[in-house]
Amino acid sequence: MSWSAAAAERPLAPFGRRRGTVLARGSVGAYIVLAVDDPAGSSHPPDPGQFYMLASVDRWGAGDGERPFLPRALSVLRARDGVLQFMLEDVGPGTRRLCELATGDELWLTGPLGAGFRSTDRTPVLVGGGVGTAPLAILQDTIAASAGIGPAGGGGDPPLALVGFRDADHADGAALLREAQIATDDGSVGHHGRVTDLLEPLWDDPIELYACGPPAMLEAVRRLAVDHDTPAQLALESPMACGYGACYGCVVATRDGYKRVCLDGPVFAAAELEAVG
Amino acid sequence: MIDFCGLELAHPVINGSGTFDAIAATRCFGDELAARFPFAAFVSKTITLAPRQGNRPPRLWETPAGMINSIGLPNRGLAGYVESDLPVLGRLGVPLITNVMGSSAAEFAELIEALTDRPEVAAFELNVSCPNVRTGLDIGADPRELQLLVRRIRPLTAKPVIVKLTPNCADVAAAAVAAEEAGADAISLINTLRAMGIGPDGRPWLGERFGGLSGPAVRAVAVAQVAAAAGRVGVPIVGMGGVSRGRDAADLLDAGATLVAVGTENFRDPAAGARVAAELEGILPQIAG
Repeated sequence: MSWSAAAAERPLAPFGRRRGTVLARGSVGAYIVLAVDDPAGSSHPPDPGQFYMLASVDRWGAGDGERPFLPRALSVLRARDGVLQFMLEDVGPGTRRLCELATGDELWLTGPLGAGFRSTDRTPVLVGGGVGTAPLAILQDTIAASAGIGPAGGGGDPPLALVGFRDADHADGAALLREAQIATDDGSVGHHGRVTDLLEPLWDDPIELYACGPPAMLEAVRRLAVDHDTPAQLALESPMACGYGACYGCVVATRDGYKRVCLDGPVFAAAELEAVG
Repeated sequence: MIDFCGLELAHPVINGSGTFDAIAATRCFGDELAARFPFAAFVSKTITLAPRQGNRPPRLWETPAGMINSIGLPNRGLAGYVESDLPVLGRLGVPLITNVMGSSAAEFAELIEALTDRPEVAAFELNVSCPNVRTGLDIGADPRELQLLVRRIRPLTAKPVIVKLTPNCADVAAAAVAAEEAGADAISLINTLRAMGIGPDGRPWLGERFGGLSGPAVRAVAVAQVAAAAGRVGVPIVGMGGVSRGRDAADLLDAGATLVAVGTENFRDPAAGARVAAELEGILPQIAG
């Protein structure tokens, strides 16, 4: 597969931060989607699972509690022709400021960063939770394209995606994927329960899981994958100051000691990790 | 060109120890990093005798205009540094200042003796923000202890020795004088200010509870401490603390520093060192004129 991103072959980022411009801002249920013109986007396209450090050029540091100060790490939702899309949820001063950005506003961008998802010979199954749906969109597109499946679905089905949300408003975010089975905590859409419940019929199949979501969901996926002897790649989130291995702030406990989520991840094999979160 | 303790530097901006990992950055940015290396000299993260995993997470807490870190000096240890890091860091094209810390004078001595003959190492920086096992105080906070340490280290190397002072003490100028009298070639300050962040649950957020505050929040403290030290010592000073722009670097130079280090701003802008140096170049002629 063309997106076989061994850690050593990860797409590199241009050195330093650069200005990007918001081309469009849209709402998808509880989420905001920003389309950003990246001046280096055509020469430095991201792999699925890679991320960018984002900060607004103006009024970064003027929010609640005089924050944000540090840039925020965001997985890329989609990337095409030099335009990056990001999926945002207002959960604190950094994401709040980013959610406020309007068409024409400028962002500082550093990236693409980190080691993304790796390809598999098994049947990929995508598992997302909340805003962790974002990297699954570019992953689903990439897997489909490598399998010769067209954007409109010609040539076969895109890889199966299972996504969990809090409620119906958040579940609208599933529309960012081509097709998805939905679970909601309150039962308002799809399966009433956990997204991992939807994995139940699949454990006997030769699948590989690609997961991104809140720590409790990732830990559930990790345990299930280990219990069922099924390979799984987990895209982790961790507060980070820099995104390029400088601050050592984002470490996660692995069987080989602490590793930097920004540099050795954000995607880790489930078998490599101690408990998540 | 700037002469700093015999090192020839292209400009007066370097990095603060532990705020830029040139090896990790090369994995992210490739060869472009070396081609556009942002610092006039590179200061390594702190090297200890034995490898260290670092502190348990969480390790970061954002504050107004800054951050608190509790990283815990993760490093490969002396042997790992010599085998894995030195060959790479020696090829950056700028002088390498190796930062070391021991839990005793004997450990500091072992580190210096092991590294002094390495051609890649241009100078040493001593991280003295470490507790004295006997008194519990940071060695750098006690001028007498600091003097004993530097006296012990000084004869072990012909290379410049920079002493990185801690701001968490009663009188930073007294510590600067002690370092100079014991033979330090230069001093650097400020290290991070001891700090704590309380999480949403009312308990300390960081895994090790306490950490160090850095960023623009500490800039005015840095200017004051650099000025206080500069008033008492004749050796060159590396000033740092919240430098985000050329203006901030100029302020530290005005306060008495010879070089300026960029730290936390590297996290927000990987090329901050080069930007600060360029901005400073635009400011300095105006000062001179």
